[in-house]
Amino acid sequence: MSILIDNFDLFANGLLGTIRLCLLAAVGSLLLGGLIAAFRVSPLPPLRALGTGYVTVFRNMPLTVVMFLSAFGLPPLGVNEASFLNVPGLNFLIPQLGNNAFFRFALIAIVLYTSAFVCEALRAGINAVPTGQAEAARSLGLTFTQNLRNVVLPQAWKFAVVPIGSVIIAMIKNSAIAGSFGVAGDLMYTSDVLVSQEGLPLLPVFLGLSGGYLLLTIPLGLFLDAVERRRAATIR
Amino acid sequence: MPEPLIELNAVNKWFGSLHVLRDVNLTVDRGEVVVVIGPSGSGKSTLCRAINRLETINSGTIIFDGKPLPEEGKQLARLRSEVGMVFQSFNLFSHLTILENVTLGPIKVRRESKAVAKERAMKLLDRVGIGNQADKHPGQLSGGQQQRAAIARALAMQPKAMLFDEPTSALDPEMVGEVLDVMTSLAVEGMTMIVVTHEMGFARHAAKRVVFMADGELVEQAPPAEFFDNPRSERARDFLSKVLQH
Ligand SMILES: Nc1ncnc2c1ncn2[C@@H]1O[C@H](COP(=O)(O)OP(=O)(O)O)[C@@H](O)[C@H]1O
Ligand SMILES: [Mg+2]
Repeated sequence: MSILIDNFDLFANGLLGTIRLCLLAAVGSLLLGGLIAAFRVSPLPPLRALGTGYVTVFRNMPLTVVMFLSAFGLPPLGVNEASFLNVPGLNFLIPQLGNNAFFRFALIAIVLYTSAFVCEALRAGINAVPTGQAEAARSLGLTFTQNLRNVVLPQAWKFAVVPIGSVIIAMIKNSAIAGSFGVAGDLMYTSDVLVSQEGLPLLPVFLGLSGGYLLLTIPLGLFLDAVERRRAATIR
Repeated sequence: MPEPLIELNAVNKWFGSLHVLRDVNLTVDRGEVVVVIGPSGSGKSTLCRAINRLETINSGTIIFDGKPLPEEGKQLARLRSEVGMVFQSFNLFSHLTILENVTLGPIKVRRESKAVAKERAMKLLDRVGIGNQADKHPGQLSGGQQQRAAIARALAMQPKAMLFDEPTSALDPEMVGEVLDVMTSLAVEGMTMIVVTHEMGFARHAAKRVVFMADGELVEQAPPAEFFDNPRSERARDFLSKVLQH
């Protein structure tokens, strides 16, 4: 126990790193996942094929492999340091964006991977909206994007929010892979350093590590349960 | 001679191997009210849906207001905004209030200001008798009220024609009349209408022409009195005897 208390600063810092990584990754995955879902339900066959291809690739590839591809496959493609993510202003809140190329590559990998799952959760929600809703919107003359934004998504969201929440919880846990890849400053990396470099005993450190992730995932899970209860009460 | 508003020429439509529209020819003049009747599965809904291109056709041409139906994109959206559609299952947007249902099209498609759209929407809701329901959600209304709201939603686009696909079939009997009254008043005002319905009373007093469909074919068309009293085809006689028996 004293190990956790002695190294509280380090753990807190690692937790902060994980929170930063996950916040960015969650926002990125929701945006990209939303876009891919729009592709998959679009009336244009090439876009649909692109969306389907994307999901097939990134849903079936282990995250570790996506990390490798991101860190070692992107630079030869000209995405040298992924420095487009070094956004002024944002890099002030999240310094890793500016000073850690591996953080940026890990972020890209997590977003690429997670958005495939976000897309499918969102698409399941879209499919749960009765087809008559989109047809009524089309018959009024709404375009595809207007239809999606004003009619379909506001209703799909209710069906999709809990599954998407589960995807985000999985993403938080998956982010540990970034740490074991040497992304400095997240929870996993911190624990790794404590055990393999400082020689601290494994068990208490990993207890602290698990506690850190639970601190993030359990409140999110409780929040989702509450959302679900409220929805169940209104549908009835 | 005035140009017809809607013109179908040799229209064919297949669902896989199922031939649902067979060489359909139909013209509807401006201000004309046409009632389509026929057994279930004869292609009546498909015919309606083809006219605003919710279904694509495999051959033939459909001309609306002098122009062939656009394939896709902005022109198709414009065409649809000029053809009002009323569905059997209402299809009101369940996450929006009745007022928002009626103003969505004018605001998003016609880019009208909220105030202008709202003013016309309230007039229309008053006209169909549910002005006092404007702030409720569809689920809080009776079937008859929902269908009247759906008619107001379609009218808010100031369409050139209205398509009704069995608008009263999902309603409890006591609510059928209130919806038919609204449709009758539209007919009297000169709206061009294609109405799929089995309401013979409505067909008799509001329609100028009855079109009988069976197995994807347009079997016969005649003024209502003539059709109901003296159907020419065997299939129409057979259908009418079944419908009128009860
Ligand atoms: N989306 C579809 N896919 C396959 N078959 C369909 C589809 N829609 C309708 N059909 C079939 O086409 C035929 C005509 O249907 P419809 O136009 O709905 O007839 P009606 O409205 O006269 O009852 C029916 O046999 C129906 O089962
Ligand atoms: Mg039908």
